[in-house]
Amino acid sequence: MNSSYLFKNAHVIDPLTKTDEITSVLVENGNIKKIAKKISTEKNTRVIDCNGIILAPGFCDMHTHLREPGYEHKETIETGLTSAANGGFTAVACMPNTNPAVDSAATVEYIKSQARKSVPAVEVFPIAAATKSREGKELSPIAELAEAGAVALSDDGSPVENADLVRRILEYGSMYNLPFIQHCEDKSLAGKGVINEGFISTTLGMSAIPRLAETTMLQRDVQIVEYVKGKYHAAHLSVKESIEIMRQAKKKKLNVSCEVTPHHFSLTDEEVRSFNTNTKMNPPLRTQDDVDELLVGLHDGTIDVIASDHAPHSIDEKDVEYIYAPFGIVGFETTIGLCVTKLIETKTLTWKQLIDKLSVNPRKILSLHEIKIEVGEKANFTLIDAKKEWTVDVQQFKSKSKNSPFDKWKLKGKAMGIYNNGMYIESK
Amino acid sequence: MTETPTPKLHINHLLGMENVSREDITLMLDTGMSFREVLERPIKKVPTLNGKTIVNLFFESSTRTRIAFELAERRLSADVVNFAASGSSVSKGETFKDTVKNIEAMKIDMIVVRHESPGVPLFLTRISDATIINAGDGAHEHPTQALLDMMTLREKFGTLDGLRVGIVGDISHSRVALSNIYGLKTMGAKVSLCGPKTMMPKFIEQLGVEVFHNIDDVIPNVDALNVLRIQRERLHAVLFPSNEEYNKYFGVTKKRLEKARKPITILHPGPINRDVEISADVADSEHSFILHQVLNGVAVRMGILFLLGTKGKAN
Repeated sequence: MNSSYLFKNAHVIDPLTKTDEITSVLVENGNIKKIAKKISTEKNTRVIDCNGIILAPGFCDMHTHLREPGYEHKETIETGLTSAANGGFTAVACMPNTNPAVDSAATVEYIKSQARKSVPAVEVFPIAAATKSREGKELSPIAELAEAGAVALSDDGSPVENADLVRRILEYGSMYNLPFIQHCEDKSLAGKGVINEGFISTTLGMSAIPRLAETTMLQRDVQIVEYVKGKYHAAHLSVKESIEIMRQAKKKKLNVSCEVTPHHFSLTDEEVRSFNTNTKMNPPLRTQDDVDELLVGLHDGTIDVIASDHAPHSIDEKDVEYIYAPFGIVGFETTIGLCVTKLIETKTLTWKQLIDKLSVNPRKILSLHEIKIEVGEKANFTLIDAKKEWTVDVQQFKSKSKNSPFDKWKLKGKAMGIYNNGMYIESK
Repeated sequence: MTETPTPKLHINHLLGMENVSREDITLMLDTGMSFREVLERPIKKVPTLNGKTIVNLFFESSTRTRIAFELAERRLSADVVNFAASGSSVSKGETFKDTVKNIEAMKIDMIVVRHESPGVPLFLTRISDATIINAGDGAHEHPTQALLDMMTLREKFGTLDGLRVGIVGDISHSRVALSNIYGLKTMGAKVSLCGPKTMMPKFIEQLGVEVFHNIDDVIPNVDALNVLRIQRERLHAVLFPSNEEYNKYFGVTKKRLEKARKPITILHPGPINRDVEISADVADSEHSFILHQVLNGVAVRMGILFLLGTKGKAN
């Protein structure tokens, strides 16, 4: 294995060290040895020509579903991490809605060990179930889960509906500095809905999920956070009123954060007219008004994180009648392209802001080690070709599943590769 | 002398009434009317679809729609296969797609489909080469019902242009309402909706219809009322307190209809819940066209099957 790499003439952007310059980075044995415009190298140094390429602190996707254990026909930890690497992520946090749910130290350890064995360049940080079996009834063994290495608590896929339980999760989790990640959905309002409640659901005769299902739970949770403190993160927000709730909560200096997904800021419920089951996700695709406000929230910093909510499902599961199809789409390999196309090219975000949301903030929320592009630091990079125009072809995805509404989309911006834990993986 | 070519539809499948042109609707209604004449003959059968195989694929229970389609198909001399599946294809262990692929392997020309999931007819066009006719997809569309309703109204009033039609009941869960709105609007009718707020889609006014929550506001201003069945099996939540309360405030009763300046034509897609959404005396009155609708249902379906079945291979 080559232990020396020179990332030559890269556009290094690091929000933490406030770096934004064209320079070269020499890495030896996994650590940054030198940063300079011109670096002479030894014969055995592998030189990566980064002319026109952005080199950023390794991206961390804090909302993913690796499906193992239990749903290996959709994805395994190995295929998931291969997909994450191909999409430019050096770290992922995976949700606990596996089978069994991640509510024991043994399952946390199983995921970590499988990850180490499969794609060691991508680090995996398990998120543990907030309640036993994700049933929303009893606290999971939070201390034991924290000790085993869980980085957050969530019943994602489902909300924790019971308000008292939310309070207790925040209180107990705060002893171990574990944020509670809520899937904000009032099930009594969402009912059997499969798409956004709006004009489109009316014309399609579809059971619909009103925006209230998200905002009522978010508003309630924010009040609980205000009362008990604790660290709260709202997953995949989708409606404009949610962004205002977060804005107000942040004004009060509450310990809250939130994320959006690329599909929620790139698509609207108009897409559902196709009845393509790859437009079925939870929360559902909303309206252009919502997309516009998500973009404002991303720009003004109300939204801290962009996460893919990578949710693989097999072809057979998705190739069914719309109401029977499972919610969710794969996301690792289109995230950067959608961010560049929809956020950078439109000047919604600067590169620094985007890197904050894809790298710095997720690590901060999950209390992970900071990544700095500085001499002496561990080398952990994502390389992005921001000018590359490409057409999404789901068949080329490394993910085991291909359920994406972005197939055949023309995007600008693609991951070129990652470097982490002494390994360089080039994207395909 | 040049022969006038038979008019052809611009659509290859009948998936819904949304986006179907006035010209196509007119052709389907006209053709339906000509088949009504066939139904009046002693021998009610023509050889038009001789050699064509049609599968009636009903994943949801249905009596009148399935029988009307089957009669229409047999009277056009098509070979008919009925497939009834209770519950979802998934619950049976075989996927919907596999079911269709297996049926299609037996070489069929047309599929008439009813399914609880909106979008299934469109999904079928992607996995099958057969011509698809939607016989009801969830609460989305029921185009042949709308066509038979329009045929009945046109027969009564001569035209749909400018006609004022009220649709009363559970609009949220009604595929009949949506198809009627699309079709009637295209044909120039003015559509008013009436029902409790809990049964009215929040954004329905964007379709260019007026919305009322008091039936007495609607009755004086319409020529016809299409009264929808209160579909208890579709009401996933409690949307109204009781049948009695519904009848008291939204039921179409003789007493209410007397407030109209002239008699109102009554339609109902059936089956009727007597004295819930409609009183027995209204259902059986001379202004009720409910049984007439049933006859027209066979005729208009014959027209649609004829037009689509003789169009050639669908694209």
